[in-house]
Amino acid sequence: MSAATAPTMPKMPSSETLKQAGRVGSSPTPSQLLPDATLIRWLRDMMLIREFELRTMAAYQQAKIGGFCHIYIGQEATVVGTFAAVNHDDPVVTAYRDHGHALARGMTPEACMAEMYGKLHGCAKGKGGSMHMFDRPNHLYGGHGIVGAQTALGAGLAFAARYDWEVLNKAPGAPVLDGSGHPADRPRTPAGKKVCLCYLGDGALNQGCFHESLNLAGLFGLPVIYVVENNGYSMGTSIERGTTMAHNLVLKAAGYGIEGIEIDGLDLLSLYDKFKPYADRCRENQRPGFVDLKTYRYQGHSMSDPQKYRTKEEVQKYQERDSIDRLAAVLMSPKGEPAVGGHLGRGCLSEEQFKDMQREIKEEVRLAVEFAEQSPSPEAAEELYTDVYANPQPGLSSIRDYHHGVRNSLL
Amino acid sequence: MASLTLVQAINLALTQEMEADDRVVMLGEDIGKNGGVFRVTEGLQARFGADRVIDSPLAESGIIGTAIGMAMAGLRPVPEIQFEGFLGPAYDQIVNHAARYRTRSRGSVTIPITIRVPVGGGIHAPELHSDSPEAIYVHTPGIKVVMPSSPYDAKGLLISAIRDPDPVIFFEPKRIYRAFREEVPEDEYTIPIGKAKIVESGNDLTVISWGATVLQCVEALDKLPEDLSVELIDLRTCYPIDQDCLIESVNKTGRCVIVHEAPKTCGLGAEIATIIQEHCFLSLRAPVQRVCGFDTIMPYYKLELEYLPNADRIAESILACAAY
Repeated sequence: MSAATAPTMPKMPSSETLKQAGRVGSSPTPSQLLPDATLIRWLRDMMLIREFELRTMAAYQQAKIGGFCHIYIGQEATVVGTFAAVNHDDPVVTAYRDHGHALARGMTPEACMAEMYGKLHGCAKGKGGSMHMFDRPNHLYGGHGIVGAQTALGAGLAFAARYDWEVLNKAPGAPVLDGSGHPADRPRTPAGKKVCLCYLGDGALNQGCFHESLNLAGLFGLPVIYVVENNGYSMGTSIERGTTMAHNLVLKAAGYGIEGIEIDGLDLLSLYDKFKPYADRCRENQRPGFVDLKTYRYQGHSMSDPQKYRTKEEVQKYQERDSIDRLAAVLMSPKGEPAVGGHLGRGCLSEEQFKDMQREIKEEVRLAVEFAEQSPSPEAAEELYTDVYANPQPGLSSIRDYHHGVRNSLL
Repeated sequence: MASLTLVQAINLALTQEMEADDRVVMLGEDIGKNGGVFRVTEGLQARFGADRVIDSPLAESGIIGTAIGMAMAGLRPVPEIQFEGFLGPAYDQIVNHAARYRTRSRGSVTIPITIRVPVGGGIHAPELHSDSPEAIYVHTPGIKVVMPSSPYDAKGLLISAIRDPDPVIFFEPKRIYRAFREEVPEDEYTIPIGKAKIVESGNDLTVISWGATVLQCVEALDKLPEDLSVELIDLRTCYPIDQDCLIESVNKTGRCVIVHEAPKTCGLGAEIATIIQEHCFLSLRAPVQRVCGFDTIMPYYKLELEYLPNADRIAESILACAAY
């Protein structure tokens, strides 16, 4: 979209203001071209994730949520900013700290919370839990519990997207690639160029599968962007202690013929400004990408992390640069005036509107918790064996055993 | 109808399924230009192009993981792993991803992937190139495991596997890749997954086997006295197990010998023996026998034939079971 034709382009700030903001002589950034409403929605998305996670922690502490739980607080800008730069039908796959991805992709807080409660109305009928948020209609192909193993899936999703665009498009009467498992006889809408976002933590950089996947992606020219949510720690091991070249991770990607970039993940507007053109290029050129996205998690690795590996002062230092506070400040600062992070104020959000939004979100998440509480638990007889096989041939011994019960028919 | 080897029958099935469905894509080490380490995919890249028959880097976890991603998006990948031992690096992807997606996604995503793997010993190869790991994958809910013993079955089962919406590990007994020929129809046909085959009918004793060992069982039958009537069952699909076929046979004969190449302890034979114990207890007239590989690392070729069940061992076991 060129600046001249952008219908929603805001009034440009004066050159004097730009000078003050340190942007003299530069053309408007991608985020400056976006309407206020979009930025307000981003703020809301981040606030929703944070509120959701706070209630998740509370529910976990009340033992309402089983297993393990990894909280996304602090990293909200990552997912909101990168999703904003791609299309809704671009496939996404991520690791286990995935509640933010699910919500930002459009999963309802109800389905997400009920999943963690292990309830029937969770996104996977309560069978997947916190680490395995899956949302097919929103093109979210799961959170994954095995560190780094999802990087190959990202390569595969990107392969399929490129194959759809490059090969199937050319074949008249070709099946629609919708994963339904059946050759589709409906008319085919030509597939466009897609780009897959594959998120991983910095710990995943040390897994073998990551290196296999980058090699495959670089070699085959797969449109997948590996977004490293670099929060500085793989569980309790700081990146310097666990990973070579921690200060220059993009060199790892360079070894696979992939040009990587570093992004400050705590400032949503800068993040978007840098990521948007990068993602567009990966899509256009159908090439892989690699982003060292520097972020920070405020909570421990999981809910049971004693956090001996870092100081309270360190956490506090990052909280002072909080991504939600920063964006809120930009939106609330007078229009065109320099605001936090060298951005120009938008003057589109009042204190009162902000508080209203907070109240709305609190209520929305409260209702999600209520929904999860009230959602029925899955019935063993109904659910234990469903969704294991799409085509369960007769004689599947497990199903048989279930119907026969534990009692041997001869006894 | 042509007389084909196992390799040719598999190649024909792959050709026909690729012809029929643009979503079928193959990837693996050296499968394109070189036609695969056993030449199973010979000529397919020339025919269907490098977009669909892909020479991948040497990276089993990457190959299977990528194929799973492709399957999630709606393709029907048929990756090849060169030897069963190399499933090790891909194990994580198979067990932790392919097997579980359907459950995790509330049934919204299936993984229609067919992993082709040469399996078993008998070609003078060392360990990692001669193993029989089928029980490991049978023990993994969410996966189906197929192992044909003849060219005809291989073609029909492979077509079923590729069309099946669930992940299938298709084990190809490498020892019989070119051991014999069989009439294989040119037209496409399917053999249902989960159905065993009665190779020989009989009334006195049931022999159950699968893969290349079925041939050793046939050989063993020739060594038996003529008045001993043995029923030989080829399982064909290791999972789901055709329980009805096994139970019906053993309820008829009252005696059972299970033969497989894999090590004895916790081999698939143990599961089958248990199924028989559970369902045929009142019909049994002898303890269930197992003739298996030994609980050791598959030996290199000088000892290979000591390890593999042979016709003599099988015949001896059948006679002991029949005489009990």
